Amino acid sequence: MSCWQTIQDYGLRSIGIGERLLPKGDFTLCEHFTLIGSGMIWNVYFGVLAMTTGFFLATALALGKASPNRWLRKPAEWFIFVFRGSPLFIQFFFAYFFFLSLKKSYPMFDAFTSAWLGALIVLFLNTAAYSGEIFYGALRSIPKGDIEAADAYGLSGWARFRRIVWPTMLRLAWPAYTNEAIFLFHATTLVFFSAFPAWQQRGDALYYASYFADKTFNPFVPYPILAFYFILLTLLIVWGFGLVNTRLNRHLPAETRGKMRFRLNLAR
Amino acid sequence: MFSFCADPETLGTFRWFSCYLTNGVHMSFYLSFVKVLVLLAVTAPVALSFGFVGAMAARSHFPPLSWLGKGYIAIVRGVPDIAFFLFFVIALDQAFEWTRHQILCPDWTDPIRQGNDFLVCPSAKLPLGSAPEWVHETYGFFLAVITFAIVFGAFAANVLFGGMRAVPHAQLETAAAYGMSRRQTFWRVLVPQMWVYALPGLSNLWMVLIKATPLLFLLGIEDIVYWARELGGTKTSQFTAYPHGDWRMWYFLFLLLFYLGMTRVSEIGLERLMRRLSRGQATAAGELLRKETTA
Repeated sequence: MSCWQTIQDYGLRSIGIGERLLPKGDFTLCEHFTLIGSGMIWNVYFGVLAMTTGFFLATALALGKASPNRWLRKPAEWFIFVFRGSPLFIQFFFAYFFFLSLKKSYPMFDAFTSAWLGALIVLFLNTAAYSGEIFYGALRSIPKGDIEAADAYGLSGWARFRRIVWPTMLRLAWPAYTNEAIFLFHATTLVFFSAFPAWQQRGDALYYASYFADKTFNPFVPYPILAFYFILLTLLIVWGFGLVNTRLNRHLPAETRGKMRFRLNLAR
Repeated sequence: MFSFCADPETLGTFRWFSCYLTNGVHMSFYLSFVKVLVLLAVTAPVALSFGFVGAMAARSHFPPLSWLGKGYIAIVRGVPDIAFFLFFVIALDQAFEWTRHQILCPDWTDPIRQGNDFLVCPSAKLPLGSAPEWVHETYGFFLAVITFAIVFGAFAANVLFGGMRAVPHAQLETAAAYGMSRRQTFWRVLVPQMWVYALPGLSNLWMVLIKATPLLFLLGIEDIVYWARELGGTKTSQFTAYPHGDWRMWYFLFLLLFYLGMTRVSEIGLERLMRRLSRGQATAAGELLRKETTA
């Protein structure tokens, strides 16, 4: 079977298009690459959606945590504490069993027990908490002069937030936020290893990689392929976020703008 | 556990729970919390020393060594840590068995990789097929510790490497001016001062390590996640004296609270440590402490 044929059969296997049965034995390198790559669709799906939706909640959480009103501050602080203080793995398990018991009483929660929605919600809340903390830190380090200048120009309320506070916050937070994005994409590999079932063996990249490793008892082929895909994805994220970073800093003189320095903090 | 536990069906709610939560399987559940703590206690220093060696290698002036150190740090970037866990657990096991195979059975002619199997001679198996159950468990735990140490060692190397670079250069130049050798400068000037710069990163790492402990479950250890799933599942009166519905949600809620407690306690402890280490340092925090004491 040619490699092109394999790609046609398994390229979209993870979303249920193509051959139904997974290859059983005598795996070729092409099958490894195709299936693991097909699984990456899920990683990208979870990562992109959780990141974009989480961004808005994160902004709200950061503003809430920085708010002088305790009715806004306390819930935001607790939310961030709960999601940052506990392992994502346990959050997945808890959410899955929580949705499962909800489903028993209300059948409309059926979709929540499948990974595409249930796990996405957990990832969304989780990344919102981490990014919220990053944004909060950035919010607190906005130069005092910027806000005073905004006041002096007669900007207040929404206009001040929209034009001064928010862009500055993003600019300060961006390197750390890039790091968080990378971590989020890495965290998406946990989904199918926590309680969420991979329905009809439609899993993510790590799911297929471990499938191969279990079948061949040889970890030295599938995991490096997975690593290759993820390094590619990481480079893509760094590049994309770098573009945004340039735009956020476009008003600065070229020499102070510099290049975004990626001191990739491995821990978040 | 208690004398009144002989017939659980007749008990009131409170007594029922006091019996339920102290029965044999729950003791295994509680023991698995000890496993987590042991893992943390063993892994943290081992990973730190891996990290220290890695950072030293990355700083080295001998290029291959420096590449090795930097490569070790860089390889963990960009790849999900859980992939490393799944990889190393098999890879390490096979590496050990392969090494033993080479030493113990030099005249074995069959290939080790036969199709989808990894076959070493029986005496090279780890643990030996005849070994008791606890040896298997200990070996699995040992593999898990090494895996954690390798992955977190790379994280720690990254942090320590940054910490070493953050020590003001003037300090090192002063040491050189006093006639210290490179080795003396490293151990007497650089190492004592780097901790305060590395500590924020290291405390972050400690938090990540705590939050990575449930991944033990993926490495095949009977850890808290395993027991929470086992114990929480629906039990009928056929198999147990304590039948109940699906309580997994509550068990995982308990785990969630356990981890929240762990991270909160660590946060407070690390804050104190940071304060202690900042004393007398030429940093903003050190300056603040000085002002507090002199004022």
